[in-house]
Amino acid sequence: MNTSALVLMLMVQVTVACITAYFFWKVLKTPPKPEPDSYSDNDDDPR
Amino acid sequence: MAKTEAWGTRVGLILAMAGNAVGLGNFLRFPVQAVNNGGGAFIIPYIVCFLLMGIPLLWIEWSMGRFGGKYGNHSTPYILDTMAKGRIWKYIGVFGIFTNLAVAAYYCYIESWTMSYVYHSLVGTFQGMGQGDVAQFFNDYVTIGKSTTGIPYEAVIFFVLCLVLNTFILSKGLKGIERVAKIGVPLLLIFGAFLAIRSLTLGTTGATLEHPDANAWDGFNFLWTPNYDSLWNPSVWMAAAGQIFFTLSVGMGTVHCYAAYLREKDDIALNAVSAGFTNEFVEVVLGSMIVIPIAAGYLGMDWVKENAGFGMAFQTMPFLFDNWGPILSVLAGVFWFGLLFFAGITSSLAMGTPWVGFMQDEFKWTREKSAWSFGAIVLLLGLPTVFFFHLGVFDEYDYWAGTVSLVVFAMLEVIVFSWIFGVNKGWEQIKMGADIKVPLIYKPIIQFVTPIMLIIVFLGAMFTPLGNDWAAAFTNGFVLDNSSIIKQITMTGLREQIAAATDPEIINQLKNKLFYVMGARILLMSVFLGVCYLVYRAYNIRKKEGRLV
Repeated sequence: MNTSALVLMLMVQVTVACITAYFFWKVLKTPPKPEPDSYSDNDDDPR
Repeated sequence: MAKTEAWGTRVGLILAMAGNAVGLGNFLRFPVQAVNNGGGAFIIPYIVCFLLMGIPLLWIEWSMGRFGGKYGNHSTPYILDTMAKGRIWKYIGVFGIFTNLAVAAYYCYIESWTMSYVYHSLVGTFQGMGQGDVAQFFNDYVTIGKSTTGIPYEAVIFFVLCLVLNTFILSKGLKGIERVAKIGVPLLLIFGAFLAIRSLTLGTTGATLEHPDANAWDGFNFLWTPNYDSLWNPSVWMAAAGQIFFTLSVGMGTVHCYAAYLREKDDIALNAVSAGFTNEFVEVVLGSMIVIPIAAGYLGMDWVKENAGFGMAFQTMPFLFDNWGPILSVLAGVFWFGLLFFAGITSSLAMGTPWVGFMQDEFKWTREKSAWSFGAIVLLLGLPTVFFFHLGVFDEYDYWAGTVSLVVFAMLEVIVFSWIFGVNKGWEQIKMGADIKVPLIYKPIIQFVTPIMLIIVFLGAMFTPLGNDWAAAFTNGFVLDNSSIIKQITMTGLREQIAAATDPEIINQLKNKLFYVMGARILLMSVFLGVCYLVYRAYNIRKKEGRLV
């Protein structure tokens, strides 16, 4: 694989993967909003 | 407003939205577009279009959905009706139901191929088959009279099975859809990763006497070597804008529908970018690492350049996997077609929800009744694509419902959001409950850049120049291509073929095709008008009940 192709591929793929992982990490880290919220699985959780 | 249904978890919603966006195009359309538009340089306009058109459209559709959901609307006709004064807007929202019915009709057929191919991979049908045999197998499969399993009309049976499965899951509500997304999206990622790793380790091991120059790295080189000259070609930008548009499943009404089950205080900004980037990950990382490099690894890059297209998934890949030995070839076949199946079903389920939401909201149907009525309509609408696949019905649905309608609806909804609902109110909706800081630069982008880009994409499709060569069109005079909407309306391409043909049998075949294409158009138009009528009836019911906003 030539260098310019390898550099572009790695740059784009690593950037996209990191941004996706960052957003997912942020979703998982953000505490849920107080009830009643939009999600039913946590309806019984004390807030 | 009483919420009749809700998403179970936030991650479930994001995976369902990502599953809605991730489709067969991520693995088949994206790499082919890159190959045809400058290789590595294609990624630059692609990313620019994602930032300027993709992300704004996602935010717009999520916020429109949540806004409409506040008033108890879970489909686009009355979501648009709540956003702007005037009776016309709900009829523009008809696109958000029509498109899904028509696209589901042929999309479920493709999905049923993946089901069937998983079965054939498992039972070892493709083992020992040559490249021509595998291609012929596909042709036999879609020729309804022939059977590849001994089961008569097997393509119809798999189509009905696939539709029943979709309808059954839809009848279970958001919980059913969420469960499929929670299983399907991670499995899709695992299957994709397996195939990508195999592709990375293929190198020149697939070279044969017939294809001595075959090398998987040539595929990677071709996809990623930047040809910066192509950046000056408007066609490349049009192709990038088109790819972003179709990959995110915007302009369909499905995003609105899923977001309509959210409460106002809950985030949409972070959810939208998370789902959007998940789709990008699947497309840019996995999508670029499977079909083209594996095909180049066995058949050489020259073959790929000549044959790159949708058909490679079914007509070529099983033959290539057969080179991996008896066990690995079965696994690869199951993983590849399983991956396409999960990509397909998470999208087709999303296509059912606008109809289901509409019938529940407006006619107080139960979810089960709404879901099974969706299945029945898609069956009736889909059977012509199954029986007359070779006669242009499938392509006609794909063109008018799966391409033109999306662009028209997205263009109109952006104009409604930015200019009629108003960008200030719209911006407040996007920021409401946001768990990330939405960059202020996106406000003028949403107001000016995204609508202009969509108008350009629409006009580009309407007036596509000869050979899709924009540079030549502006210098040598503008001649419309037969793929432009204008020429498609008049069926110029097909009529030219008939005029040029001399063999009476071919003339007869083409005339036959013209008849079926016309029939498909009448069918599509009937569905559109039928949904318009239902929206009108719903308006009268609302008026009688004093529910008009």
